[in-house]
Amino acid sequence: MALKITTSTCSACGACEFECPNAAIAMKGETYVIKASACTECDGDDPKCIAVCPVENCIVKA
Amino acid sequence: MSNIVSLQSITKRGDAQPQTSGCSTKSSCGSSAAQGEMPDHVWDKIKDHPCYSEEAHHYFARMHVAVAPACNIQCNYCNRKYDCSNESRPGVTSERMTPEQAALKVVAVANKVPQLSVLGIAGPGDSMFDWRKTFETFAQVEKRLPDLKFCVSTNGLALPDHIDQLADHNIDHVTITINMVDPEIGTRIYPWIYFNGKRYTGLDASKILHERQMESLERLKEKDILVKVNSVMIPGINDQHLLEVNTAIKQRGAFLHNVMPLISDPAHGTHFGLTGQRGPTAAELKDLQDKLAGGANLMRHCRQCRADAVGMLGEDLSQDFTMDKIDSDVIYDPEARRLYREVVERERADRNAAVAIAEDTLSHTAAPARLVAVATKGGGRVNQHFGHASEFQVYEVDHDGVRFVGHRKVDNYCQGGWGDDDVLEDNLIPTLEGIEAVFVSKIGSCPKKDLAAAGITAIDSYPFEYIETAIARWYADINGTNEVVMGSIA
Repeated sequence: MALKITTSTCSACGACEFECPNAAIAMKGETYVIKASACTECDGDDPKCIAVCPVENCIVKA
Repeated sequence: MSNIVSLQSITKRGDAQPQTSGCSTKSSCGSSAAQGEMPDHVWDKIKDHPCYSEEAHHYFARMHVAVAPACNIQCNYCNRKYDCSNESRPGVTSERMTPEQAALKVVAVANKVPQLSVLGIAGPGDSMFDWRKTFETFAQVEKRLPDLKFCVSTNGLALPDHIDQLADHNIDHVTITINMVDPEIGTRIYPWIYFNGKRYTGLDASKILHERQMESLERLKEKDILVKVNSVMIPGINDQHLLEVNTAIKQRGAFLHNVMPLISDPAHGTHFGLTGQRGPTAAELKDLQDKLAGGANLMRHCRQCRADAVGMLGEDLSQDFTMDKIDSDVIYDPEARRLYREVVERERADRNAAVAIAEDTLSHTAAPARLVAVATKGGGRVNQHFGHASEFQVYEVDHDGVRFVGHRKVDNYCQGGWGDDDVLEDNLIPTLEGIEAVFVSKIGSCPKKDLAAAGITAIDSYPFEYIETAIARWYADINGTNEVVMGSIA
């Protein structure tokens, strides 16, 4: 159970990094990635990374 | 870097010395021409900030560092993925940087551009949502240039949470973009906001945004921080509503209102661009600005610059200061900025005195108002060749004085040493519509003739004069009052 960032559409704004309650998102090289082992998909709430992301469908279920 | 405005732009008049108006000390005359009725403590805060004072924008430069890419709202006029070095508008940047890199860039610019007086963080996202990077940048820069002023631009949604930090960094200027005070109108501008960990859409989103923006205004007022409100004028959506916005922000103590035209080129991929929402014409913008002139002070000299702009307003040197051109061990040398400030103090007092004389000349001239355009490189003087101008500053003149009303961007007439008649015909002449005279330091006989055929008089008989003096003398001249009045002053 984890989300992933679609690198090709990610604008690398970093908004999701600080919003993630599990600190699962970090910059890796040129893009942001979600550490699958730390992502809880916000335990049934609307995932915060998806809520803040300015690009539609950039963050999806892995 | 040949296009950096040097000290020469304000001190050199060809081979001659600067023509002074016979008054060089601040205390003896005319110092209040730009200050007007403004109290001293407010004037002190804005007199060196090119975005807050029309007068200051002739002398001082700003730079933005694009350290804050994250945003908490979506606006229909913004596409955050768009990035182009040829594109000059807010929200756009070609380079993102860490706070440490930003501080090095500030030092490099300060060493080369002594006009630098302000560091702003204007995104490309929201400076107060991405507050960690914003305040870390200020902390890094403070260590190196303790006298540089900081300012931030924000949508206001996250701002109330950071008021104390703004005050800690001695920030005097905050710009909030407020496009509506009626959430119903907001629904046509903002598809969603992100607030307290949740996404809100529709009326809820605009209600929250509106409340937080009004709270921001009130809290900043309590802290005595000057607020400029930017509003994007969107025809058919909020154009007439901006009169209400003006009233509401003035009630809450906003210092300056800056109405900017919507930019909606479909190529930018914004919602408004893709759905055919048009921006206002220059005449519509001026009409609204004229209606608003009685409210909060109105800003007319905004250039809607990029989130990584560097230089005087209207010029952008950001490509000269990309990170690959900056030494990692660059050290700040304060001398150039100190010297520049000394020159500006003298120039300013002199210019203020000259403006006072010009306005006195005009008070004797009863004639209709006229619109004129000026080519200037800074210093408040007519000091640019027609062919080199990439924008003209537009002034209105009548018996009340010479007033700055805006600028118009144009393509350069001079292309690689030769005049381009297509540019003149297709770009310059249409852009200068409604302008009766163009003031330049120099112009060739061909473009002068072509402009005349289009009903625009090119004036090159006041090279390096102060703008107000040149326009007032011309206006008095064509109305036949110059001899009398200038004679009575002499």
